[in-house]
Amino acid sequence: MGKVKPGPLARRPDNSAFQQQRLPAWSPMLTANTVLPFFYFMALICMLLGVWLLLTVQSTEELKLDYTEAGTCNLCFEKRKNVSNAAQPCICTAVFNIKKAFKGDVFFYYGLINFHQNLRRYMDSRDDAQMVGRKNNLKSPSSYCMPFDKDKNGVPIAPCGAVANSIFNDSFTLSYMSSSGSVRVPLLRKGISWYTDKNIKYRNPSTENMTLPQVFEGTAPPLYWQKPVYDLDPLDKNNNGFINDDLIVWMREAAFPSFKKLYGVLHRANKPFINGLPAGNYSVEISYNFPVQYFRGRKEVVLTTLTWFGGQNHFLPIAYLVTSCLILLIAILLTVFWFKFGKNGQNMEE
Amino acid sequence: MFRKRPPPEEERKVRANDREYNEKFQYASNCIMTSKYNIVTFLPVNLFEQFQEVANTYFLFLLILQLIPQISSLSWFTTIVPLALVLSITAVKDATDDYFRHKSDSQVNNRQSQVLIRGSLQNEKWMNVRVGDIIKLENNQFVAADLLLLSSSEPHGLCYIETAELDGESNMKVRQSVSVTSELGDQNNLASFDGEVVCEPPNNKLDRFCGTLYWRDKKYTLSNQNMLLRGCVLRNTEACYGLVIFAGPDTKLMQNSGRTKFKRTSIDRLMNTLVLWIFGFLVCMGVILAVGNAVWEREVGFLFQSYLPWDPPVDNFLFSAFLSFWSYVIILNTVVPISLYVSVEVIRLGHSYFINWDRQMFCSQCNTPAEARTTTLNEELGQVEYIFSDKTGTLTQNIMSFNKCSINGQTYGEASDPLGPQPKRLDFTPFNPLADPDFCFYDDTLLEAVKVGDTHTHKFFRLLSLCHTVMSEEKSEGELLYKAQSPDEGALVTAARNFGFVFRSRTPGTITTTEMGRSVTYTLLAILDFNNIRKRMSVIVRNSEGRICLYCKGADTVLLERLHPCNQELMNITSDHLNEYAADGLRTLALAYRDLSEDEWEAWSERHRSAAKAASCREDRLAATYEQIEQDMVLLGATAIEDKLQEGVPETIAVLSLANIKIWVLTGDKQETAVNIGYSCKMLTDDMTEVFIISGHTVQSVRQELRRARDRMIEMSRTRDGKEEGVEGCFMGNGFREGQGDSRGGEKQLQCPPPPPSNLMDNISGEFALVINGHSLAHALEADMETEFVSTACACKAVICCRVTPLQKAQVVEMIKKHKKAVTLAIGDGANDVSMIKSAHIGVGISGQEGIQAVLASDYSFSQFRFLQRLLLVHGRWSYLRMCRFLCYFFYKNFAFTMVHFWFGFYCGFSAQTVYDQYFITLYNIVYTSLPVLAMGIFDQDVPDQRSLEYPKLYEPGQLNLLFNKREFFICIAQGIYTSVVLFFVPCAILSDATQSTGVPLADYQTFAVTTATALVIVVSVQIALDTGFWTVINHVFVWGSLGLYFSIMLALQSQTLFGIFPNQFHFVGSAQSTLLQPVVWLTIALATAICIVPVLAFRFLKVDLKPQLSDTVRYTQLVRQKKRKPAGRSVGGAWRGVGSVSEGRLGARGSSRRSGYAFAHTEGFGELITSGKNMRLSSLAMATFASRHSSSWIDTLRRKKHSHTNTPPSASGESSPAPSCVSGSIPPLSNSSSVLCGSQDAPIEEETGAAPDTQTASTSSTQNPPAPAPASEAADGLAQTLNAGVLTPAALRSQGGDSPGGWTISLGAVQEALLRWKGRASASNSPVKLAE
Repeated sequence: MGKVKPGPLARRPDNSAFQQQRLPAWSPMLTANTVLPFFYFMALICMLLGVWLLLTVQSTEELKLDYTEAGTCNLCFEKRKNVSNAAQPCICTAVFNIKKAFKGDVFFYYGLINFHQNLRRYMDSRDDAQMVGRKNNLKSPSSYCMPFDKDKNGVPIAPCGAVANSIFNDSFTLSYMSSSGSVRVPLLRKGISWYTDKNIKYRNPSTENMTLPQVFEGTAPPLYWQKPVYDLDPLDKNNNGFINDDLIVWMREAAFPSFKKLYGVLHRANKPFINGLPAGNYSVEISYNFPVQYFRGRKEVVLTTLTWFGGQNHFLPIAYLVTSCLILLIAILLTVFWFKFGKNGQNMEE
Repeated sequence: MFRKRPPPEEERKVRANDREYNEKFQYASNCIMTSKYNIVTFLPVNLFEQFQEVANTYFLFLLILQLIPQISSLSWFTTIVPLALVLSITAVKDATDDYFRHKSDSQVNNRQSQVLIRGSLQNEKWMNVRVGDIIKLENNQFVAADLLLLSSSEPHGLCYIETAELDGESNMKVRQSVSVTSELGDQNNLASFDGEVVCEPPNNKLDRFCGTLYWRDKKYTLSNQNMLLRGCVLRNTEACYGLVIFAGPDTKLMQNSGRTKFKRTSIDRLMNTLVLWIFGFLVCMGVILAVGNAVWEREVGFLFQSYLPWDPPVDNFLFSAFLSFWSYVIILNTVVPISLYVSVEVIRLGHSYFINWDRQMFCSQCNTPAEARTTTLNEELGQVEYIFSDKTGTLTQNIMSFNKCSINGQTYGEASDPLGPQPKRLDFTPFNPLADPDFCFYDDTLLEAVKVGDTHTHKFFRLLSLCHTVMSEEKSEGELLYKAQSPDEGALVTAARNFGFVFRSRTPGTITTTEMGRSVTYTLLAILDFNNIRKRMSVIVRNSEGRICLYCKGADTVLLERLHPCNQELMNITSDHLNEYAADGLRTLALAYRDLSEDEWEAWSERHRSAAKAASCREDRLAATYEQIEQDMVLLGATAIEDKLQEGVPETIAVLSLANIKIWVLTGDKQETAVNIGYSCKMLTDDMTEVFIISGHTVQSVRQELRRARDRMIEMSRTRDGKEEGVEGCFMGNGFREGQGDSRGGEKQLQCPPPPPSNLMDNISGEFALVINGHSLAHALEADMETEFVSTACACKAVICCRVTPLQKAQVVEMIKKHKKAVTLAIGDGANDVSMIKSAHIGVGISGQEGIQAVLASDYSFSQFRFLQRLLLVHGRWSYLRMCRFLCYFFYKNFAFTMVHFWFGFYCGFSAQTVYDQYFITLYNIVYTSLPVLAMGIFDQDVPDQRSLEYPKLYEPGQLNLLFNKREFFICIAQGIYTSVVLFFVPCAILSDATQSTGVPLADYQTFAVTTATALVIVVSVQIALDTGFWTVINHVFVWGSLGLYFSIMLALQSQTLFGIFPNQFHFVGSAQSTLLQPVVWLTIALATAICIVPVLAFRFLKVDLKPQLSDTVRYTQLVRQKKRKPAGRSVGGAWRGVGSVSEGRLGARGSSRRSGYAFAHTEGFGELITSGKNMRLSSLAMATFASRHSSSWIDTLRRKKHSHTNTPPSASGESSPAPSCVSGSIPPLSNSSSVLCGSQDAPIEEETGAAPDTQTASTSSTQNPPAPAPASEAADGLAQTLNAGVLTPAALRSQGGDSPGGWTISLGAVQEALLRWKGRASASNSPVKLAE
């Protein structure tokens, strides 16, 4: 445009395909030749996927146990109703039976029902800068954490916020009641969080030869916690502080009010758990701390095996199958319509 | 900038040549400023303007809401980033616009004009011209300011101006200076002129000026007759001097150009309504969610308080609900996307550029591309229903050409055979050296008849050469310039000139012509001037033999009544010819003469004298005397003048009317002219059922005429329908309803004047046309008659309004806008069209002509009327289509995007938690989804441009507003909501149970957010892919690019680096990596996409397959190529292409309607001017001085160069005194040589060569018989020689022909070139010898 052309046609626009709107272009059109085959093809694909997924899902096992008031836990349930008993420990046991052995890796989840981790203010009530180990934020938590940013004495809370404060603090011990007596089911409690969470998102403040308690000196544990953050895992001192797996799992907020979170994975090193969980009776001993009665919630334990695409999930294959049927139906209807009314573009005549 | 505005003027005092005095009053300078900002004021003013937009204020309000922590559900930047983007894009656009305004201002302001400062002429920029300056204007220059004409080069201080710029009237006007100042003459006297003008303050009345000139203790009244207004062009006047009275913004031109109204398109208005609805919808959603929040907080949240206590100010659930309402307003605000308006602007800008770039709308003759001056109206171009067109300069070129004639029952100029070879254009030069080379005629039989000496033909052309009020100017020998007051007359006199009857000069009492090479002088006895009532003019002349003859030309209707009844047969034949001509849309005139005896003349002239002296009723008595003598005339023949249509006008009108666009012609011209043009551009045809003419002068008569027209229409269409009833069922229905309506209407008619039975009028079949006069229109536009007029006029195929004022033009447009709710387009070229251009939805200005007023007021401008079809049918249609598709998609994608939050509300306790990451919300509209839809909005095409011209019916969806209306909007919304349901519930159902292959649950919020966002982006991308009908490279790049951009930006935003810097802002770290590696996530996305798209695809397929639109059909045929080069489609374009601008291809049946008209754009009074001799040069002496003064002017030079091929090469030597005289004879050397070369056939002319110099030399010496005004310099030569014979040195002479050397070489070149053409007949070596003489 910038250059001045000589001659009487100086102001004539350039004859470029772009300026004259003549760019080579593909103008597709929805004709029967393309649309109908596409529909059949889609239906077929969905059908195949659905069947395959369904078969895969069939091979998984899942067990859910609502232990809120199950077994001896009804006592603890009653006990937790009173806030003044909050500090008192309560241990109860729930019993269940596995009819068919769980083959392969078995995953142990705890589930909460009707617990809203997805409330806006709840989700905002955390300080990621604190949890990534920023020194400044450790002592002066973000205002988003209010009212869980400082305790009554004005000492900053670490980790601050409603999310950390409400951490699920039941613990479980699973036992297999074999013929030879009760065998404790070994659970791996590590590697249950995202890699990025464990290694990037949550970091302890740099220690510089200080012990973790020293680093966290001058901070208070969240109000509902019984233990300070640097003392969450008494067995493994590298699993303490902000990089505690249970804390990380809890801090990854659930999208829906009912959710399950990974508690542990079956350690398949020894018999009889090399192939998974054998069929039989099991008991789970629960250190019942987390009160759910305030918000009419439920607690449960979930045991499941996995396939390549995750745990037992019947919705996906069924959705695919239903979709495929619908597409097929539409395809057939379209074919009929086309054949009767619009074949060979007869409506295209003017 | 901040200068205090002086108080409004009471009166204006201007003293010439006295800047100090004038500066006291602080009059505006001649600098005009149309720009809005300067560098300092730009930012505040522009921001202020932008925040006056409701949308922008709304987003500002949202921004403030977001700053309240209890409410803020989104970070502040989700609003401020798009807002800043939008504001800056708009600001850049405004700045560019204003820059161009600055540029055009400075271009105008920097034009040069010659100002008389301290006695000498100095070049000054226009902006430096001050009130009170005296400036000099030269021919064809624009007047720089409103001037009081002081003196001019023409006698009596006359000067001619063209006011087309101002009022659109293309005929020339005369202005005259006050006599005292006209005597001042040259600049020395003017420099000492110190008169003072006291006049009215600046106003916008173009035709009025009152003031007084005080000079030398005398008062002179000034009127509009003395004024030259800014914007006028000086014509046919060498130069003139004027005193600046009003300058710059005070000029009448600027006072008239009011602030342009801001135009909005109907899509704009619809969009605004829809946006309001969406706001309503938003509030509803907010309320629903707030109620939900109240319930939830009361039932659940209340219990949940131990984990999440309410915010401090919240003490109950109701307050929480109130806050939640505002939080949701923030979240859901994306249903009214901030980028909507800016995207629309961008798309329109793109379309405007395509209009500017269109080579097919580029006029190579005038080097003018089309220009979209307003960038906001493009899609409205696709919805036009009514076009209001000016006539002169718009439909026509305002060039008259002598096309045909009928002489003594023989018609000439007939195009032989439209299919045969193009007839050759006649070359007049060998026959007649004085011929105008630009004249075109194709029938050589007429030339033969002239050469043979047919008396009738000779009489015919003699009449044409004598009976007129044209004035001639002969710059140099043989170079005649006619100053015709109307182009028709010019055309006739030029025709006579070319056929050997050359009108050369006139004095008040004589007319000198060259008849077949022989100079003849007639004594002019009387001019019986033209007026509207007489519709004819006559001259009475005495020829050299003493015979007196009356020559008359006039409208055939008038003239045929006054013929001698002896030759009835000739009258019949001529009458037939006239009909033929009229059917071709030519302007016809009948010619007649009458020989008068000396006694008759004496008797009549006595009566005439007494009538002329009469004190009372002079006009009437004169007319009566004229009437007496214009009797018993003998018919000579008829002429047909073509008012040259612009190229392609009939075709364009035909195509546009096929596109169901109604075209109204609104013209200031006479009824006859307008109707003629109506016929010639095929708006009116002879097949039309009836053409109604409304010309009543009173309210009653207009009402009656309208009513009669309506009754006729109903009657006629009923009879037509009756005939077709058996054939077509649909007509039966019409007929039935009409019958009913009519009977009811009939009853009502008895009681009160019936309201126009509109349902009846809608069903008129048959082609009617309405012609309405200005004075009738004035009544028809009155409030109570409007509806009646509209219903009548709109039932007609064509409507022509003639003699309308600019104001009425606007009123007509307003009326249609009001009553029809249709999109109107006004097209015109003159300042008289400005009002209608401004009031119509779309104003189009014809550029490239002289005037720029209309262009300045217009929204689009181009230089040819025919480009209108491309503008509307191609660009307009595409724009509309693209805009509609864009809007549909845009609303769809935002609903799909936003409504997901609504569904999530039910799961998250109505806590106003968003589904997506805040960055996704920020970027979704401005990055992830903006480009593909912009590309579609800018580049999409459903059918190629040729097809839309071939099938004008494709335009109809736009007029009916089918592509985007409330229904379509709801469909989009529904689709959007459906998509949002799918996008929320499918991932929700799948993910809530699913886990990663590592066992980690997928139901966490971040995974869900990423999955939903990805699914959304993919679904809307697939949808845009479906919507895009024209996949250019750009579309591909944008669609794929957007997807790629989405993933890369997401990965970047969730990367470790950003998290490391701002951990609280980028807490989604790692979600994308973790999520997108999961097969379940992809299965979810695929499923959601399939569920979203499949129904859409099915519906679209069914729609195309079962109920295809015309565009689908066209597309299909194109795709399948079943019928190659579809003959039916071609015929539309092809057949019309054959209808040339000339008369071949007569479509309408020839016959019945004769539309004769003395169709002159003529005003009376020129005859008087001539006979008074006012406009004649008084003495040769004056001319000599004039000539010497001006011979060096560049215009002269230019002209000489231009005409050098007929011009004398200045003989550059004083010694050869015969040369000038020889030259001033009728045969210039070039022609001379050529006539020598082919002398054998041009014998008579050869003889004349000798005779002509005699008259010439004789005339120079005798002042009593003034010379044929040979071009001034030549006359000066002659004069100088006679007066100072021998004294004059050759050098002095040479200096007079200022351009000699250059002129010489150029003309020599031209001569040689011309000679080469004669190669073969004579050797080229001949001529240099001759020239050297």
